[in-house]
Amino acid sequence: MADLERIAGRAVEVALGAGAGDAEAFVEDSTGLEVRIFEQQVESLTEAGERGLGVRVWIDGRAGYAYGTDLAEPGIAEIAAGAVEAARVADPDQFAAAPDPAGEARAIEGLADPEAAKWKTEGKVELAVAVERAARAADEHVVAVETTVFVDERAAAALASSRGVSGAYEATHCYAYLSAIAEQADDRQTGLGFGMGRSPAALDPEAIGREAAERSTALLGAAKPASRSCPVVLDETVAASFAGFIGGVLCADAVQRGRSPFAGRLGEAIGSPALTIADHGADPVGLNSAPFDGEGVPTGRTALIEAGELRAYLHDSYTARRQGDGARSTANGTRSGYRSPPSVATSNLIVATGAHGFAELLAEAGDGIYVTDVAGLHSGVNPVSGTFSVGATGRAIAGGELAEPADEFTIASDLPAMLTAVRAAGAAARWVPFGGSVSTPALLIGEMAIGGA
Amino acid sequence: MTREDPEHLVDAELAGRTVARALANGGDFAELFCEDRSGLSLAIDESRIERAQRGADRGAGVRVVSGETTYFAHVDGLAEADLERAADAAAAGLSGDRHRPQAMAATEGVGTQEIDTDPAAVAAERKAELLRACDERARATGGEVAQVQAGYSEARRRITVANSDGRFASDDRTRVRLGVQVVAARDGTVETGFETLGGHRGFELVEGGAGEAIAERAARAALALLDAGPAPAGAMPVVVGNGFGGVLFHEMTGHGLEADHIQKGASVYAGRLGEDIAPPFLRAYDDGRLPGEWGTEGVDDEGTPTRATAVIHEGRVTAYLYDLLRARKDGVESTGNGRRQSFRHLPIPRMTNTFIAPGEATPEELIESVKRGFYAVSFAGGQVDPTTGDFVFGVSEGYLLEGGEVTRPCRGATLIGNCLGALRKIDGVAGDFEVKTGFCGKGGQSVPTGVGQGHVRIAEMTVGGTAV
Repeated sequence: MADLERIAGRAVEVALGAGAGDAEAFVEDSTGLEVRIFEQQVESLTEAGERGLGVRVWIDGRAGYAYGTDLAEPGIAEIAAGAVEAARVADPDQFAAAPDPAGEARAIEGLADPEAAKWKTEGKVELAVAVERAARAADEHVVAVETTVFVDERAAAALASSRGVSGAYEATHCYAYLSAIAEQADDRQTGLGFGMGRSPAALDPEAIGREAAERSTALLGAAKPASRSCPVVLDETVAASFAGFIGGVLCADAVQRGRSPFAGRLGEAIGSPALTIADHGADPVGLNSAPFDGEGVPTGRTALIEAGELRAYLHDSYTARRQGDGARSTANGTRSGYRSPPSVATSNLIVATGAHGFAELLAEAGDGIYVTDVAGLHSGVNPVSGTFSVGATGRAIAGGELAEPADEFTIASDLPAMLTAVRAAGAAARWVPFGGSVSTPALLIGEMAIGGA
Repeated sequence: MTREDPEHLVDAELAGRTVARALANGGDFAELFCEDRSGLSLAIDESRIERAQRGADRGAGVRVVSGETTYFAHVDGLAEADLERAADAAAAGLSGDRHRPQAMAATEGVGTQEIDTDPAAVAAERKAELLRACDERARATGGEVAQVQAGYSEARRRITVANSDGRFASDDRTRVRLGVQVVAARDGTVETGFETLGGHRGFELVEGGAGEAIAERAARAALALLDAGPAPAGAMPVVVGNGFGGVLFHEMTGHGLEADHIQKGASVYAGRLGEDIAPPFLRAYDDGRLPGEWGTEGVDDEGTPTRATAVIHEGRVTAYLYDLLRARKDGVESTGNGRRQSFRHLPIPRMTNTFIAPGEATPEELIESVKRGFYAVSFAGGQVDPTTGDFVFGVSEGYLLEGGEVTRPCRGATLIGNCLGALRKIDGVAGDFEVKTGFCGKGGQSVPTGVGQGHVRIAEMTVGGTAV
């Protein structure tokens, strides 16, 4: 990491020398292994290694960015010059400025699990093979598994700026997933299973494989439900996807630029009392956790919605400055890598649990639909207006209990109406890698439009 | 006409040594893929030029295939030491006897891409002016336009591929893209319109008023939606617009014809080669050579020259889309569909430009024939599960059809269904053919793909709206 810090520091110096008023450099170095399994054999084994530098500069309120992968002196000079050149094209923005140091970041315990380094390639292959085997063994209707994927990665990052921001950290993560194919008579269904953690030891291959088997076989014989408005229970994976969209429209960037359905609603009730959501960039379990955000601001917990009341928007240093009134960055200047500058985004979202066990959620729903998967989220949700209509699969709920499987239908509503319609949250939460990184229970929505037969 | 072939990123001798090194511990096949990519992107938002970014990637990926297993490693940099490191890492997974590759022979006649204006040679200020012009045009389209965001991007991607079968080929690809999103607002109602223009072209693509024209189209779409009511829910006839409407075929059929899904039995089209799956008038292609289109390339990312592949002819499945690995398995030739996001990714079968060929009808005829139905002018995107054939499309601009006329705009609609059923229900294709830009995601890799068609009518499809 010392090497990365040195490169970041050097890049800042070079950028200032190239004409930048202020400069910030982010260096990332990651190594990883990806294993893909098909029919108990290794389909591909990828040794991944990547190292890159991104430089952001400011010249009189104009911001520019450049990245590259050549981290020797000539490469750094080229990246710095590219950023300066980019800034000169931009228009001045009175709020665009280099972030100032925002305090000491605290290390997050367990962010880099030393256990991960002890795993050899063979052990990881065995784990991935076991995941596939578990799916096949769980149910005779599982006829194939398209691909089983295992990935583990160690990433180190360093940040430095001309304002005195500096820091570095290391993190490990790993995950496995598969898509099982189940058949019965003429029907064929797929189901996803996944698990994640900071080391391969955190993954339970049996549970991951079984989940895929259960999800696929549960849908066998599915039919299109009738078009109607009814209560809907979203399982954790689906609730997480929606939580991700809610987090997105609560980013100050969208709010300030008039592209959020929740602009100007701070302090108001925007959801039902059953709904509480926080963003937490320092949660030890959350896979997007880091000691500081992409601008060096120490991470922490930000209450977004508490018992239905909108408590905060998510800020980076730019949106906080633009907000004025003493607003501060909530450490949500998020980087998705060295190829792009930080932008406002959620870190880990935590949807609060409620008192309802799963059976109670179903009982409370009475007659409705239990949604276990959604498709077409990237095209079916309009984050500006908040309206959405997405493809869904799941089970009917009849008389407060799970009934026949259902597929080929849509669920539609809009985010403001949906937040108000949340009737209850389940008692057990799960971490899900959809919608970003989200911990959420199942949610009962009082009413949603079903488009089916 | 023969054109000069593109320059190689590494010479044949070094490429040959690297491939041989990768086979030091055995393997049936080895490949070196070198890439040099540079790009610029710029945006306008709130009438201010921002998010100015430059970037460059330069590196190589080496794969060794042994039986059913692929060993892959990638490195940043294209120096000999970098290539050696990648070759050694890929070979480390094997423990057999050295395999000797064939001598390198350059693939000839690939030709260089013809562009009028190299975008890298155009001053950044002109690109900023283009965005300002788009912003102004969109705002001038109507007083209810509240926000305009436009993004311009250009990228040059040079590649060189060498493999143990002696293939040695290079390609030099320049792409330019402009996207405009407009937000219109009236009394608390907010709607969006989106339009793109992109191609395997130079800066000429967006000049001469072409950029401003798409800005106006995006604005008109957003303004029209201000009068929108809820979309209907249920099964009804659907007319799909030309151009980006072709994403329907891309999802419904294109993905299912990719040979990796087929070989794993994870496609509803597996085992259906030669079978009737669509009405007899339907013809569809994947064509990586369409001049200037978004998904066009000289050779694919395995060095195979791209081509036009008829995938549906007279309603029958006539071909699957292959890369080298899957082609070898089936004992056929690659169709030039081996594509990868970058040197950090393995090639897999991917579409290039996929489209339904133009038909005889006019869009007006298709619309007039619908008593009560839905008109999906364009989509925000779509998704399919090739295994089950279930698909879903988010409609970005849609209208109600009543008595053969377009009556009112609808918000928040989705189309949903199953491939095989929906394909059979296509009962009209118009001649107003157009290809638009898409980004296709598969297996964690995103590649530029062209989608296209004239207006298409589907006798019945499920519309997922809120008016139930």
